[in-house]
Amino acid sequence: MSVTVSSPADDTPLLRVSSVSKSYGARTGCEDVSFELWPGEVLAVVGESGSGKTTLLNCISSRLMPTSGTVSYRMRDHTWRELYRMSEAERRFLMRTDWGFVHQNPADGLRMTVSAGANVGERLMAVGDRHYGNIRSTAIDWLGRVEIGADRIDDEPRAFSGGMRQRLQIARNLVTSPRLVFMDEPTGGLDVSVQARLLDLLRGLVADLGLAAIVVTHDLAVARLLSHRMMVMKDGRVIETGLTDRVLDDPREAYTQLLVSSILQV
Amino acid sequence: MSDIATYNFAYLDEQTKRMIRRAILKGIAIPGYQVPFASREMPMPYGWGTGGVQVTASIIGPDDVLKVIDQGADDTTNAVSIRAFFRKVADVETTTDTARATIIQTRHRIPEHPLSEGQTLVYQVPIPEPLRFLEPRETETRKMHALEEYGLMHVKLYEDIARNGHIATTYAYPVKVEGRYVMDPSPTPKFDNPKMHMSAALQLFGAGREQRIYAIPPHTSVVSLDFEDHPFEVQRFEKPCALCGAEQVYLDEVILDDRGGRMFVCSDTDFCEKRREAGHVGELGMAVDGLEAVR
Amino acid sequence: MATPLVVSEVAKGFTMHLRGGLKLPVVDDVSFSLRAGECAVLGGPSGAGKSSILKMLYGNYSVDTGQIIVQHRGMLVDIARAAPRVVLSVRRETIGYVSQFLRTVPRVSALDVVAEPLTTAGADREAARDSAAALLARLNLPKTLWSLPPATFSGGEQQRVNIARGFITSHPILLLDEPTASLDAVNRQVVIDLIAEKKQAGVALLGIFHDQDVREAVADAVIDVTRFAPKKVAA
Repeated sequence: MSVTVSSPADDTPLLRVSSVSKSYGARTGCEDVSFELWPGEVLAVVGESGSGKTTLLNCISSRLMPTSGTVSYRMRDHTWRELYRMSEAERRFLMRTDWGFVHQNPADGLRMTVSAGANVGERLMAVGDRHYGNIRSTAIDWLGRVEIGADRIDDEPRAFSGGMRQRLQIARNLVTSPRLVFMDEPTGGLDVSVQARLLDLLRGLVADLGLAAIVVTHDLAVARLLSHRMMVMKDGRVIETGLTDRVLDDPREAYTQLLVSSILQV
Repeated sequence: MSDIATYNFAYLDEQTKRMIRRAILKGIAIPGYQVPFASREMPMPYGWGTGGVQVTASIIGPDDVLKVIDQGADDTTNAVSIRAFFRKVADVETTTDTARATIIQTRHRIPEHPLSEGQTLVYQVPIPEPLRFLEPRETETRKMHALEEYGLMHVKLYEDIARNGHIATTYAYPVKVEGRYVMDPSPTPKFDNPKMHMSAALQLFGAGREQRIYAIPPHTSVVSLDFEDHPFEVQRFEKPCALCGAEQVYLDEVILDDRGGRMFVCSDTDFCEKRREAGHVGELGMAVDGLEAVR
Repeated sequence: MATPLVVSEVAKGFTMHLRGGLKLPVVDDVSFSLRAGECAVLGGPSGAGKSSILKMLYGNYSVDTGQIIVQHRGMLVDIARAAPRVVLSVRRETIGYVSQFLRTVPRVSALDVVAEPLTTAGADREAARDSAAALLARLNLPKTLWSLPPATFSGGEQQRVNIARGFITSHPILLLDEPTASLDAVNRQVVIDLIAEKKQAGVALLGIFHDQDVREAVADAVIDVTRFAPKKVAA
């Protein structure tokens, strides 16, 4: 039987990663990683500590120059730009407008000594917003979207709980309507109940805003809840990739089977 | 200067002066940009104007006339001792008359009398980096200057409004120089910011401890940062100077007694005296002779 | 009559790496098709691979060899080889699935869990909630539960939320994995009615039913899965 099978999705990717490798001297960070990411798609990168997932995340988010390989991004004007051929100014501009980066430790992504409102407003001011009233009302709106009361707008994140800080970090990143967000263990340091709330919130925001995201996590439950697609990494290489529920329910590789079977069932 | 023959003219050796002049020239070429320089030990503690003194020492010549002010006053310890220093090490003429001075070294004020071409204003600067309090990493602030990423400066002003309802920064108020570099005008009151804009005088800034020199060449645009809905404003004073009746000048509060008596007088002592010599009288109505009793 | 889904020569096995690479063949040479407006039932004893077949059709299990061709957006897509985002697009628009177990995010209310397939497809949130409410009412889920997250519900209650979530959409193909397993007679009848309505609407259904009476009430065709048993090969 012969059928012509065509792909119904004809839109173009947002990000193209080709043969990215990073070595630290003789040691390998990540090796020969290639994938594409489409608008609105959430990709989870899983693997245990030292598997190279954070190195990969840093390489594709302009934070660490790969040893070889290319990372290309489709800009808002639809032109393709190679990340490491852009000027540093352009890369940094991209980082605070069209991209977001959510750190595991909120203190790494927040300014702890300025108010929550200023934390959210900083990106707006960075792109030239010079109207205090507008900046403040946008900040209130975003605090609300991450479930932080407007009455906390003038408090410093130092006075916030871990979960609130993480939600503030998310608001701070999303205020410029980025199209791509990188997350490094976004629920890492949080209590289980706080994690659940954050995951639910993230899931809602990602779906509502049509965000593309790359989430690095060692927590397969996080991957299942947040991501459409998964990449399993071991020793710097991608060993298995596919639809998230396919990889988790029918893992093919020995290492993936080991990972999946190590989950505590509750 | 025979009694201190062991010192070179103006204290610094010629090599050091050259190094500092190169930094000054670079600063003039890139208005508002902080040029690193190898700051020397001076015979006074940091915080007493070592940066300003090194800049002055590098540009002063035998024909210059030097004025030194501290918070607008010619007669406070810092001003008096720096004037004495240069009289001793450079044998130059000193003055309190703003218009007659060719070099004015200042700690935290710009004279009220408009400066003219040929004059140089030397500021003593404690912390030259306007981004410092929000971004502690020097590597990062340098990059931010290089890439013109100044959103953070507005974060500071935002915080001000959020906490006080208005921009409460009253001194060291950040400015943008020639549409490019954001600069800390040293802890002058923001009242003086507009005087920096398009000034006919050359303005040089020296930070001794932080080892930075920066400059604003004559006729350079200097704009104070603000928000559209919270525009930059200078301080206003309710009453004119109690001694000379001057309006639209910067006033200092002077305590008169221990029963709450006080008055507001010109911070610029030279300006105030000149007005009173010309017959202007404030509400306390004191004659020129009476002033010395108060001060 | 239209055949929106054709399965041909599909084989599937598991390799258990944690057990020394043990190979477990599941099914071989699976071939059948679904017809619009009919409900086919997978028959055979447990362990014959009924559930695995459903999961392959949904893209949840990988396929070793063979094709699963589905009509999607006027084109033919091979689920066995499709890229993940194509599979997701097929799930959004073409193939619906009612599983035995409910897997939901904490904090999301039962009503929103049911309405979600419609809202992700772009429907108006309020309209989607109205449809969800109507279905939950039909399945006799107490109204007091609608605003609560289903994680704490009983098995039967969760199952009804799950059924409502599966039936709310108008997917042209619907896969049912023991939807009536933990339901009482009244609610089993509701599901039978819902299936009948789907058939009326031209939906092609494929299900696994352990209930004899439900199976008889809904089945238009029975696909005997024992036909697809892997041939014995020396291990």
